[in-house]
Amino acid sequence: MYGNLSIAEPVRGVEQEDPEKLAEFEERIARGEKIEPHDWMPREYRRQVLRMIEQHAHSEIIGALPEGTWITRAPGFRRKLALMAKVQDEVGHAQLLYSAAETLGKPREQMINDLLSGKAKYSNVFNYPALTWADTAIIAWLIDAGAIINQTLNAKGSYGPYARALERICKEEAFHLKYGYDNVVTLASGTPRQRQMLQEALNRWWKPIMHFFGPPDHMSVHSEKLLRWKVKMASNDEMRQMFLDAYVPKIWELGLTIPDPNLRKNPETGRWEYSDPDWDEFWRVINGNGPCNRERLAVRRMADELGAWVRRALLKPDHRYVEPLF
Amino acid sequence: MEAPVQATIRSLDPRVTRLSIPQELPEFTPKPPLDEWQTYEVFHQARPGEQPVHVGTVHAPDPEMALVFAKEQYARRGTTYSLWVVRTADIYAFRSEDADIFATVPEKTYREPHDYKVAQKLLRLKRKSHGSSAADAPASS
Repeated sequence: MYGNLSIAEPVRGVEQEDPEKLAEFEERIARGEKIEPHDWMPREYRRQVLRMIEQHAHSEIIGALPEGTWITRAPGFRRKLALMAKVQDEVGHAQLLYSAAETLGKPREQMINDLLSGKAKYSNVFNYPALTWADTAIIAWLIDAGAIINQTLNAKGSYGPYARALERICKEEAFHLKYGYDNVVTLASGTPRQRQMLQEALNRWWKPIMHFFGPPDHMSVHSEKLLRWKVKMASNDEMRQMFLDAYVPKIWELGLTIPDPNLRKNPETGRWEYSDPDWDEFWRVINGNGPCNRERLAVRRMADELGAWVRRALLKPDHRYVEPLF
Repeated sequence: MEAPVQATIRSLDPRVTRLSIPQELPEFTPKPPLDEWQTYEVFHQARPGEQPVHVGTVHAPDPEMALVFAKEQYARRGTTYSLWVVRTADIYAFRSEDADIFATVPEKTYREPHDYKVAQKLLRLKRKSHGSSAADAPASS
């Protein structure tokens, strides 16, 4: 559902690398080659790619929770089946991504420890509740649309295992998007109450959607090096513009109102202009104080604890950990 | 004496509410190493006659469970004819620093059909022996 270094950390320590090896590494990336787990790579590349894949994996596993809320109350059996499949997909994506991240030398247990202890970050949108069925429709359509934009770009990134995992993930996300769109169009074609429910869900989700791609470029630390290393494939603002280009017309087409009076495409610059989506709130939520942060973490911990005895019962003395090859 | 009642999480999801999870998270105990078991490499064969292709890894306690997880993770869409799993620890692989061992392969052109100019040789042979009966008739034993 998400894969992005939306909050880039400064690239540091590159000057300590062997300049010859570094030059060779950067030439390989410029030629469009993929970097594989056992290839030489700058320590900082390893750290940044690991951080990105890990955050993406955490987002998938936490992202299953807001939508999972609605499985028991999905309207109709077919929608229940589809929603279960989508939620299972998201959890499966987390597994694929944890595997890709592990190739960089961090065992899965450590990654999950970082998530459960509250140290690791995941996508901010999942700290908001899905209050109604229409919220799940908006999430599946627009949040997954945002995810597809950034995952399709990242699938062309330089780290082989991540790019391959994303290709598989994008195929499944295509169903999520269409399923979400189908639900949104169904509600939009429904009774006045259903339309109102949809409009209210859009109103609730617009701000988190605008936050989704991360802080604006002028607020972010420099990410040129990450772009050159093809870790990040586009800036946060570029991705937000792509999203608005593709989806604002589709939202308007349904007769819905986007809750931002300043949203317009400037005909001269060809770029979308919008109100400030309250970046203070973004920081507040990402630092643990959103409406659902506590619940998400508590539920994930509980799930881990409830399964612990099974994992321990099946552990055999001859198990040993080796880094996956991928 | 009554035990203090701890507030529990009230969720939109009734299943979560029923778990009575305390609002205050207890001290976190990290998972021990191997809590998620060892890894298996997964090979996927889409159709009969096609090569099984390595697709990734799963964490599993044994090969049977590895196959179950492989099905859930790598056979969710499209066609699948077969899946194989093998313990990552049982795979020996070249390290990239040994890649130079493959460097001489393109030089060994004597192993390639295009390195043999038989047609030219044959032509020369035919020209040289033109008119001689030896080229037309097999040698008598």
